[in-house]
Amino acid sequence: MIKLFDYILSVNCYKQRLIMSILDVPFESIPVDFYPGLEHKGEEFKKINPLGHIPVIDDDGFMLRDAHAILVYLASKYDPTGLWYPVNSPELVGETTQWMLFAEGTTNTASAARLHVNLGYEFDIDSCREGAHRLFRVLDEHLWFREQENRDWVCSGEHPTIADIAIFPDVILSEEGGIARIDYPAIRRWTDRVKRLPGFLPMPGIFPTADARPLSHEV
Amino acid sequence: MLKYRHVRNLGFGGLEHPVMNLLGNPEVCTNGAILDLWHPVVPTSEIEVGIVRQVVLLGQAVSYSLTAPGTYFAWRTDPAIPAGTVFMPSVVTENLPVLHRYGYLWTSLGDPSESLFEIPEYDEPDRRNIHAATIGVYCSAPRAVENFLDLGHFPYVHTGVLGIEPHTEVVEYDVHVDPENNELWATNCRFFQPMAAATSTTGKTVGYEFRVPHPYCCLLYKTSPLDSSRVDAIGLFVRSVAPDYIEANMFLSLLDESSSDSFIRQFQQLIFAQDKPILENQNPKLLPLDPRAETPVRSDKLAIAYRRWLSDLGVTYGVLPKT
Repeated sequence: MIKLFDYILSVNCYKQRLIMSILDVPFESIPVDFYPGLEHKGEEFKKINPLGHIPVIDDDGFMLRDAHAILVYLASKYDPTGLWYPVNSPELVGETTQWMLFAEGTTNTASAARLHVNLGYEFDIDSCREGAHRLFRVLDEHLWFREQENRDWVCSGEHPTIADIAIFPDVILSEEGGIARIDYPAIRRWTDRVKRLPGFLPMPGIFPTADARPLSHEV
Repeated sequence: MLKYRHVRNLGFGGLEHPVMNLLGNPEVCTNGAILDLWHPVVPTSEIEVGIVRQVVLLGQAVSYSLTAPGTYFAWRTDPAIPAGTVFMPSVVTENLPVLHRYGYLWTSLGDPSESLFEIPEYDEPDRRNIHAATIGVYCSAPRAVENFLDLGHFPYVHTGVLGIEPHTEVVEYDVHVDPENNELWATNCRFFQPMAAATSTTGKTVGYEFRVPHPYCCLLYKTSPLDSSRVDAIGLFVRSVAPDYIEANMFLSLLDESSSDSFIRQFQQLIFAQDKPILENQNPKLLPLDPRAETPVRSDKLAIAYRRWLSDLGVTYGVLPKT
């Protein structure tokens, strides 16, 4: 079984739990005492990842680090439909990569602000918040135009991709870092759509949408 | 980048200034009932020998350090002794009182009692005392304490862990003030929990007691999953940074020999992180002490008593006092 070196409050670890839940891939979570223990900076953990960060996966001896690289691997290996990482379309794989790089930006701004407020990491909070709002504005406008084309996701295909999974956690937890989403209605509609994906898994701070029967259901 | 718990800029005002402004209002505590208490500064496990560090307590910057022989120091921040520099005890002109208790450094900005409230479980030899985390939350200290004292939210906020529908009933429990120590207690509480502790494997009805020995500190005692005749103790020790911003310390004293610290901490952090968005969205931010300000239900008996107890103590910081 895949082992995920995991921390419950990490957005980057959550991205892996979320994609594996959606793809129905069983995994074992190995808790790393990221905070307050700083276990990921210790000598023992550096044997697993010399860069000293999580997540890392161990898939039957194959080790991989870096959140967005792991998403690429998991979708490539465990999604038989090939839709989550759409390598068969040059355009879509290009877009997916583009938005995964965008997610590096949301992680370094919105999620950095969250680490500062929650756990006291030393970041320039003003510039984290300004940077997050700049990216959210771009994402909100982009998603609004997608909606005009009857598209639900950040890439132009009909199916969500790992780019949605990469961006979603940074966005949905932004208010913990003091970044309100009230001015981004298209983002809010998109986060609701992500929450309704079959297999969606919440994390602390993210509330699932209510269970509802389809309208046609006969009671 | 990886050193935490030092000077934290909340983004609302300059912490370089010893008086912090939050949302434009002066937030320095002048409430004697609060100033005279001991307050947690930081977990001692995070204090480095010989380095000056700084936090904000009740709107005032407080510096602290530890000498090589193991003596803790705290003082009101002095620009001549900046955070991050090497600590020399002789340069501090006026020390604040300090205590090292339950794994935390405590100080007071007023005239504190000699000792802190007692947690007898802490000294039992077969217990594990663990600091689970210090987490920043945009809420008032009394809002965080009141949430900690509430069984009713378990099935909705900690779904599948501390509660689950349809087991939502909070059965009648008893509330009293212990006259000797002026502590607030709730006893004979019972609640069905699917996963009461990190070690639980099945759901069961768990016995609870809640204890509030300090306006900003509270404990709960719950049946140990390993020994039904004894209890685990879980504490929430809040440092109020501003009336509406806290750094909450989670403390555990458990009868658990098998789980790793990492596992126990992540379980506790999971619970706390589920509460966080609820706390941050409560309005008003300050806890209203007027009994007519919010509409309680029967299960809020302890919360009602807590608000009355705060009023009786003369607490005005972090609350909307009775008019």
